[in-house]
Order: sequence, then structure tokens, then C-alpha cells
Amino acid sequence: MTDTLLEICGLKLEGRFDEKWNPIINGVDLTLKKGEVLGLIGESGAGKSTLGLAAMGFCRDGVRISAGTVKFDGIDLLTASAAVKRGLLGKRIAYVAQSAAASFNPAHRIIDQHVEGPTQHGVMSRAESEADGMALYEKLRLPDPEQIGFRYPHQVSGGQLQRAMTAMAMACRPDLIIFDEPTTALDVTTQIEVLASIRDIVKDFNTAAIYITHDLAGVAQMADRIKVLLKGDEVETADTRTMLSHPTQEYTKSLWAVRSFERPLKSPVVAGAVPVVSVQNIDAAYGKAKVLHDVSFDMYEGRTVAVVGESGSGKSTVARCITGLLPPMTGQISFGGEVMPADYRKRTKDQLRQVQMIYQMADTALNPRMSIGEIIARPVQFYLGLTGKAKRARVDALLEQIELEPFEYYDRLPSELSGGQKQRIGIARALAAEPKFIICDEVTSALDQLVAEGILRLLAKLQDELKLSYMFITHDLATVRAIADEVVVMKDGRVVEAGPKKEMFTPPHHPYTDLLLSSVPEMDPDWLTNLLQERGVDNIGDAAVGKM
Amino acid sequence: MSFVINTIICLAVIAGAAWAFRRLGQYGTANAPQYRDMPFGVAFGYVLALVVLVWLALAYVASLSSDTAVANKFFFLGVAINGFILFSIAAWLFRMFGCHVGTQRTRKLFRAMPLTASFGVMIILIYAILAIFAPVIAPYGQDEILQGVAANIIPGGDPALGGDPAFPLGTDQIGRDIMSRLIYGAQNTVGIAFATTLLAFFIGGSLGFLAAVVGGWTDQVLSRGVDVLMAIPSLIFALLLMTIASVWSARLGIPLTVFMVLIIAVIDSTRVFRLARAVGQNIVVMDYIEAAKLRGEGMWYLVFREILPNATAPLLAEFGLRFCFVFLTIAALSFLGVGIQPPLADWGTMVRDSAAFINYAQFAPKAALTPLLAAGAIALLTVAVNFVVDWMLHRSSGLKE
Amino acid sequence: MGNVLSIILQRLALGLLTLLIVSIVIFVAVNMLPGDFAELILGQGATPEAVKSIREDLGLDQSLVSRYFGWLGGMLTGDLGTSFAQLNFQTNMGGGAGKTVAQQIAPRFANTMFLAMVTAAIAVPVAVTLGILAALYRNTIFDRAANIFTLSSISSPEFFMAYVLILFLAVLNPILPSLSNIYDGMAFSDRLNKSLLPALTLTLVVTAHMMRMTRAAIINLLASPYIEMARLKGMSPMRVIVKHALPNALAPIINVVALNLAYLITGVVVVEVVFVYPGIGQLFVDSVKIRDIPVVQACCLIFAAAYILLNLTADIMSILSNPRLRHPK
Repeated sequence: MTDTLLEICGLKLEGRFDEKWNPIINGVDLTLKKGEVLGLIGESGAGKSTLGLAAMGFCRDGVRISAGTVKFDGIDLLTASAAVKRGLLGKRIAYVAQSAAASFNPAHRIIDQHVEGPTQHGVMSRAESEADGMALYEKLRLPDPEQIGFRYPHQVSGGQLQRAMTAMAMACRPDLIIFDEPTTALDVTTQIEVLASIRDIVKDFNTAAIYITHDLAGVAQMADRIKVLLKGDEVETADTRTMLSHPTQEYTKSLWAVRSFERPLKSPVVAGAVPVVSVQNIDAAYGKAKVLHDVSFDMYEGRTVAVVGESGSGKSTVARCITGLLPPMTGQISFGGEVMPADYRKRTKDQLRQVQMIYQMADTALNPRMSIGEIIARPVQFYLGLTGKAKRARVDALLEQIELEPFEYYDRLPSELSGGQKQRIGIARALAAEPKFIICDEVTSALDQLVAEGILRLLAKLQDELKLSYMFITHDLATVRAIADEVVVMKDGRVVEAGPKKEMFTPPHHPYTDLLLSSVPEMDPDWLTNLLQERGVDNIGDAAVGKM
Repeated sequence: MSFVINTIICLAVIAGAAWAFRRLGQYGTANAPQYRDMPFGVAFGYVLALVVLVWLALAYVASLSSDTAVANKFFFLGVAINGFILFSIAAWLFRMFGCHVGTQRTRKLFRAMPLTASFGVMIILIYAILAIFAPVIAPYGQDEILQGVAANIIPGGDPALGGDPAFPLGTDQIGRDIMSRLIYGAQNTVGIAFATTLLAFFIGGSLGFLAAVVGGWTDQVLSRGVDVLMAIPSLIFALLLMTIASVWSARLGIPLTVFMVLIIAVIDSTRVFRLARAVGQNIVVMDYIEAAKLRGEGMWYLVFREILPNATAPLLAEFGLRFCFVFLTIAALSFLGVGIQPPLADWGTMVRDSAAFINYAQFAPKAALTPLLAAGAIALLTVAVNFVVDWMLHRSSGLKE
Repeated sequence: MGNVLSIILQRLALGLLTLLIVSIVIFVAVNMLPGDFAELILGQGATPEAVKSIREDLGLDQSLVSRYFGWLGGMLTGDLGTSFAQLNFQTNMGGGAGKTVAQQIAPRFANTMFLAMVTAAIAVPVAVTLGILAALYRNTIFDRAANIFTLSSISSPEFFMAYVLILFLAVLNPILPSLSNIYDGMAFSDRLNKSLLPALTLTLVVTAHMMRMTRAAIINLLASPYIEMARLKGMSPMRVIVKHALPNALAPIINVVALNLAYLITGVVVVEVVFVYPGIGQLFVDSVKIRDIPVVQACCLIFAAAYILLNLTADIMSILSNPRLRHPK
């Protein structure tokens, strides 16, 4: 008996869209030994989730397997009868989905869903399985493991649900678990505790796993081996440490290289300089819920201020206050030393022109029914009053500035552009107003890493050329490191810490900044182990946040 | 009672046959996956479909029988099957035509079209032509009482049955040509329904977008008002208002039809309002609208340049559905005798006037065709529009994935 | 639980308020009639004395507001007034008190309820079963055939369906009677037999709607990740449906059923006319034709009340079956 658990040969998958079958995966081979963890990396659209499901012999609607074999422990999953497959799924092969909140049935308690697998597959009795479930909850460091199972899914937080789902996958002690982006939907600080508990339990039970993700640093902590996918093709496969230290393929190298972009430090702000935008003692609320408490900071010409925080920290609300969409209750916004009206409807055309915005989702930021040319031309005409040839020349110049060929793109619709190109159009539209100040709201978080890097470089270049100041809202500290001059850390609607980037990345920190900084996974396979030792096992995540 | 028992026995036989069919399939194909994993319900469905098809074929043969008692009994099934085959072939030919004639875009559209949708497009085109050119096409006037012609509602114009070839669909009780009235019916019924839907869209659409863009109090007042209007079933409300309108119409000398258009348009605009508001709200939260607002754009630009172009697809589909609804409401009102008034020819009234002939179906099946022709004309158009709308919705939901 | 209770009470209050406003709308609409009810009843050539006596009978000399409250009070106590037809008869011919509107409506209302219940008893189980089947076997031949069939039957006017059924089930194959002459004291089986054809007509129309909506709701549900999860846990198709889909499908299905029963109310009018079924719908249409305002007004309010009640039921049922509301955080 060999110790090969899963063997996939020449697997081809096709998906149905545009009224025809299109290839998603073009012939991938994969072998997995017992107890081995394989990381499957790829950008969005690389077909990795589809591949993960196909490894279970499962296809979603509109997807089909056109060639290849999937053998699990000698059983061909593609030709096995439905009954045989049902006997394997849940019992010997388990699945952990990306969104635990959506993958738990809202009508049943967590424990009822947990015991369903073992009792239906005849592995354990209900009582045994319940007791085992509680033991697993404890092992996964869920709070109140005796009781948490008796709650309904909507009564439990996202990170806890993700761990409960891992426990559910473990319920029958399967030989193989497929993890489909289990930490993507979570906040940074939650992400790492889920990561840690998944890693431990997989190691403890010696379960083989396929770990699907686009997060390089995360997979470095989890996997023994890594396979990189690009547009349905395998790029390379290697042992994790080898892959990190000596990638052989150009594409893999470029993935790794992204992390190295960092702008040179600028000299400190000249004392007494007038800030371009100054946020002064702002309080703001949505209805009765107060979301900002006494927020103040300044932004200067030609510099970038990164506003960092997790979701719900109020960083986007600050942007809404500055643009005038949400007039603050108290406090004021001044622009070049002059106080601006709080409501955007009361601002002059020139004041509106000076503050521009680039959005996170380029898809919703561009009108799908307007051509690229029209989108960029509108502010040119609206603010600068250019028409006819002058307008066209200005739009062409802007397109060249964002490194897109004017003749090729002028008449296209946004839907005909890639994500990165759309984001560039968003930048061009902001530049068209010839502003002094641009708010960038998570502009890179919806993009793949290589593309995001291109956008960051472009923004940096434009800043140097046009003396722009940016307010850069982000939750990603790697981006902060790359582009910021000053950093503002926010939590629960308050500024926790603010200062030049150099200070922020050298201790001592505010405890929250510390937690944020240390939660960013690094490309070192030992990083998580070291971190956990440093913090002490109990001291991660919820516990650490709770102590502050 | 025996009818029920027969049905149960039939179902039991079909169930047995389904089991045998699956077994045989498994045995014959050496347990191929499609038979191995076939649920019993699917096998049952196949056998049931087969039984229905065989029965239809037998009925079709029976309808051609020389024994008039048997032939009469299956006459209507024969007509229905003939019609089905004829329309299927016509729709197929129409799609072939569309695939090879026209611009690049329409050709591509036709190629991706299912047969039901091309059937729908074909029928809508035919109705449109009939409605627009009714006075040219119709051999007689809609209220022209032909002197000296015996009333004979039997279609076919067979002199042996007292008909006249000059009136292929016969003449009604007071001597009007039924075919001409059917053709004018297209102009009156469809035209009035179309105008009503347009008006409903104008009212509901503009108020809906207004509510979505302005929000706040305007939205609250409009939405609550619409809630109240929608709490009364629309046909009932229409009948109530028509009662009142009939008095006004007599007093002011304005035709009742004008009131009907206004009343139905207002009632129906509530549904359009809901949709327009929902679509508008979905678009208003988009970042590009925020960007336009922050740029300082005015209301006019927002609605006509940013919102409307993005709302056309769902509104167009809704237009089809609302048209069907309005059309059916008007037909129902006319059928009840309070809708389109004589001397205008309209299908709902024609059904009501000739409904009694249904009872002669056993002896003179063709006589029963007359009321069904008018009712069928209504059904055919709404079915056609619904097929097209269904396809449009399917296409737009498919694009999202 | 307190949370749910307060939401339900809120909805009930809202429903009552809607009904009140609807009654105002109906009342105001009727009072938009030109001239005087008295003239309307008696025609142009009436004697001044007759007009005067009717005016006093109807209380037309009072203000609009006090007439509204009088009417509303009457409605609540079951006094729906006297129909114009009866009033005209009395005034012109002399003679004693005729039937009141309430006496006219009550037996017909019962008949209509009977018809609606027979329809619901057939339509609901058939539609829900077929809808679930169509969702399970979606994009198969069965689903497409069902789609074409339901689309056609939704698109056809009710009277077309009614005549086609009469043609096949009453004239060509005399299985059921085509006239529904129902009277008091009829045996239940006779009554059922006579109501079956109108009920089948309504069933065809309502089933198509209900089936399409059920199908859409179930497909929506089957696409949710937790159903995929149940299948990936190796659960049998039956268990996926019964244990995982059904508890969550209950709310949408109940909603669909209630909405379609509300739709029945509109359909009932035309079908009753076709089959000469002595229900409230037929009375309504007859009264519309002779402009018998008190009857029209009362029928309208009854229809609206039934409609609001059904929508309210749907609303409350879906609140009750939502686990997020039943088990608050």
C-alpha cells in the first residue's frame, strides 16, 4: 500500500458562460500524501476553488469535468456511483468553505449540524459526537466550548464560526480536508488565530489538506508544499521553503517580489507649513450611532497620509466627512488654511474640484454605460470648460499619464477593461479635475498583488510629478509600508496613534498598533510559530484585543 | 367517480412502467451512470411524457376520422396540434430568416434566441402590423352592418353550411364581418393597452426615480401613498373607479375609454413606481453616482446621463410584463361589459357576445371557434410578450454570473 | 420572543391603519360622483318629493366627514346600508323594507369563500409540489415544459381558460356541469360538483403563478452555500431537501401561497361571471353595471380587507419562521 492519498491526473474543467463551454482548468496533475498539507495559490479567476471542489468529485452548476481522473485512496471519484461518493464525502473527505456565515444552515443550531455527519455516516452516536464536538471546540480555542454549539449560527461571530466549521469538518476524522480561502473574509487580527488553530488541529490529527488561498504569507505558515496556478495552468510546485527561497518561474518570482516595493523616506514636514487639508476635532454619527470621536490630523503637499484600521474603525467615515457627504456634528475641515463648508452641496465648484476621490471597487465607480473617453472628459469639461479638440487632447494626455494608449481605450466601455485598468481610469478621472488632494479608499484591496503594485507605483509617480497629497485609507500594512509618509492608526472611531512612518514601524507602539503590526503574516514559514511563542498561546486575537 | 378510479389506475400503470423502464435501462446499458443514478421521479416523468405524446397522436388521428361524432369530439385537439406545429415551423423559419438577414447585431441576437422567444418576436411583429394597418387590411369596417347577409358565425365560409366565401370567419349576430372585427380589435385593444402602459410608465417611472434620487420626505410620502393604493386589488379598484367614471362620462360627453385609460394607467403606475424606485435606489448607491454628486452635477444630469441609461434593461422587461397585465385587465373589463365600448370592436367584448356558441361544440365544433378565436387572440399576444420577456430576463440574469 | 411579538403587533397595527386609509380612499372615490345620489337612483325625471325623501334616507344633507364616520360605523357593526336598486324599488313602488346590503352580501360571501377554499385545497399542494420538482430538476425537459405551460397559463385571460375548460370538460366530455347554480341547503357533494369547474379554472391560473414563484424561491435557496455544504458532507438528496432546504424554504413558500390567495380575489370576479356562480364577485360586477353605489362600496371594502389580511398573514408568517428573529442574539 502506497501512502498516496489523492491523485489527480490531467484534470480539465470547463465552465459555462457566454452561452458556451470555456476552459477553466487546462490539465492539472496533483498528488497528495497522507498527512501532507498542499497550498494551492493563484490570483482570483485562476480556477483554484473549482479545482478544490473537483478534488472531491464535485462540480457546481455550470461547471463540468471534461477530462482526467481523480483518485482518492484508489477510488475513482469521477466514475464512482453517487452512493459511493456520498459515503466518502463528509466521512473521509471534508470541506471548509470561504464564508462560514453563509455555509452554516441558519435554521439549525451549530452542534446539530456538527453531529449530522458522524451520525448519518454511522461513525458515532449523537451523544458521543456532541461530546467530541465540544472537545474539538476547546481544542480550536473557541470561547465557552460547552455552550457555544447550542447557539444558532447568526449568534456567533465570523471568526468563531470559521473555527466551528473546521471542527465540523473534523467531526468524522477525515483523511483529507479541503480549505477554500478560510481566512479571506476575516479581519487581520482574527485571521491569525483562525490560521493558528487550523494549523494545529491539522497537525494533531495528521490530516492531509489542500489549502486554497491567494494569501502568500498565510499559505507559507500552513503548507508543506505549494502549487502555484495561473489562469488554469500550473506554474510550478515545490516544497514550501524551496519555493520561498528559490522560485524558478518568472511568474512566481514576480509574486514574491511585490513585497519589496517601498518608497524612499521623505524629509520631515517643514515646521509652520500650511497643511493642504486639516481635519480638526471631528465628531460624526450615522443617525444616533456615533462613529467618530474627536478625530484630528493634517495632510501636507506632496505627501501621503495612510489611515489604517480594521473594518468598523471609522476610517472611511473620515473620508466621507472630508468630501462633505457626511457633515460632521462638531469640528471642521479646512483646505489650504480656509475652513470649508461641511456639506458638499454648499461648497463652490472650485472647492469640489480640489478634493477628488478614488474608490475601492472600480466596477461600481465607473458608469458601465459610458465610454472611457466620456468618463474622463466629463470633469475636464465640467471644471475646466474645455470642449471639442482641446477636451480630446486633454483626455488623451490624461490617458497617457496613467499609461494607457489613448487610441485604443478612448471608445471602450468599462466592462471591456481589466480590474487594474479600470482602477487607472478612476485615477485619470480624479486627475482630470486637476486637484491638490486625492482620497484613495482601499484602492488596491480588490486587486491582485501584481496589479496592485502597478497602481501603487503609478500613484507614487503621479505624486512626485504633480505635487499631489494623498489620504490613503487601507487595512493592509504592507501597502502602508510601501507608500505612506505619515500614518494614522484608528480604532473604534478614535485616532490611536499618529506620526511619521519611520516612528510607526519602530517600537515602542501603542498596544493596538503592536497587535496590528504583528498580525501581518510574513513570508517566513516559521513566522506564525515564533509569533505564537512570543505572545503565549492564550494571548492571541480576541483575548489580546479584549485586554486593551 | 369512475373518472377518478380510471385516473388512479392509469397512474399506477405508468409507475410500474417507469420502474420497468429504469430496470431495463440499467440492464441494457450495463449500469451506465445515467440509468444507475436516475431517480424514480425522472423515470416516471419520461414514461408519463411518452404516454401523453402517444395519446395526443391518437387524438390527432381521431380528429381526422370520417365518423363525425368522433371527429367532432377531437376537432379542437386537432386544431390545437395543427396550430402548435404550424407556429413552431413558422417560428423556426422566422429565426432562420433573422439569422441571415439584418445587421451584424440582430443576426447575433437571433442566433442566441430560443425558439419560444423567436415565436414571441414573430407574433408581436404580426400584431403590430395588423394594428397599424388595420383599416388597410380589414375588408370591411369594424361597425359596418352588412345588409342582406345572413348571420352565420361558422368560420370557413362554406356555402354548404350557409356561409359565404366573402366572409372567411363568418358574420356575427347583427351581420358584421368577424374577421374585420378581429383585425380592428388588434388596433383597438392592443393600441389602447399600449397607450395605457406608456402613460403608466411615464407616471410611475418619473415619480419612482424622483423618490430614489431625492429620498427623504418626498420618498416617504410617495411610497406610503403607493402602499395604500396597492392595498386594494387592482381589478376591484378599477371596477369601482369605472363605475364613477361612467357617470362622469355620460355627463361630460367624454368617451368612457378615455377614463379607462387614465384609471388603469394610474393604478398600474404604482407597480412601475415600486420597480423604478428599487432600480433607482440600486443605482444611486453606486460610487459613480457619488462621484458625480461630489463633482457638483445637477439633478438633470444625474437622472438622464447617469441613472436612466443603467435602468433601461430592467425597465424594458417590466414594460413587457406591465403591458400584458394592462392588456389582460382591459380585456377583463371589456368582457365584463365596462371596458372598451361599442362601436369600437374589441376582443373582450367579442368573447362575451359569442360565448354561448361554446355549447354547440358537440354538434357543430366550428361554431364554438368564434368566441375562442377572440379569446385566443388575447392569449396569443400575452404569451408571446411573456416569452420574450422571459428570455430577456434570463439573458440579463445570465450576464451577471 | 418579546422582540417578535412587538414586531407582529406593529405589523397588525400597520395593517389596520392601511385598512382605515383604504376605507377613506373608497369613500372619497365614491363621493367624487357628480351631482346627487338621489338623482342617480331615481333618474332625471324624479319628482322633487321623492328626491327629498331619498336624500333624507341617505343622510345626504349631512357633511362629508360625518357621513364617512356614519358609514364606517355601519360597516363595523355589520350595517352596510341599503342598495340603490332596493331603495328605488321601495320609493317608487311603495312597500316594506327590502333586503339590506348585508343580507344581499352575506350568502354570496359564503359562496365565494367556499369557491376560494376549494381552489386553495387543490392549487396549493399541486403548485408547491410541482414548483419544488421544477426547482430540483431545473433546466431539464420537464422544467422547460413546465415553464412554457405556466407562462402560457399566466398569460391567458381567465375567461379564455374558463371557456377552454367548459369546452373540454362540460361540452365535449360531459363530466362536470358548466353552470354553477348553487343555492342554500344543497348537499355538500352537489355543491362541490357544481363549483368544481370554476375552481379548476382558478386553480390553473393560480397554480401557474404559485409554481413559478415556488420554483424561484427554491432555486434561490438551493444556490446558498449551506446547501452545497450539506451535499459536501455526503448527505442524501432527500435529507438535503427535508432537513436543510425545507426549514428555510417555509417562509418563502408561505409567502408565495398567501400572495397568490390574495391574487385569487381578483380572479374570482371574472370566473364567477363566466360560470354564473352566485358569489360576491358577480354581485359586484352587476352592481357596477347598474351603479348601485352602496353595494359596490361594500364589496370593494370586503375585497380590500381580504387582500390586506392575506398580505398581513404572509408578512407575519415569514417573521415567525425566521430563525434570526426567533432566536435573537
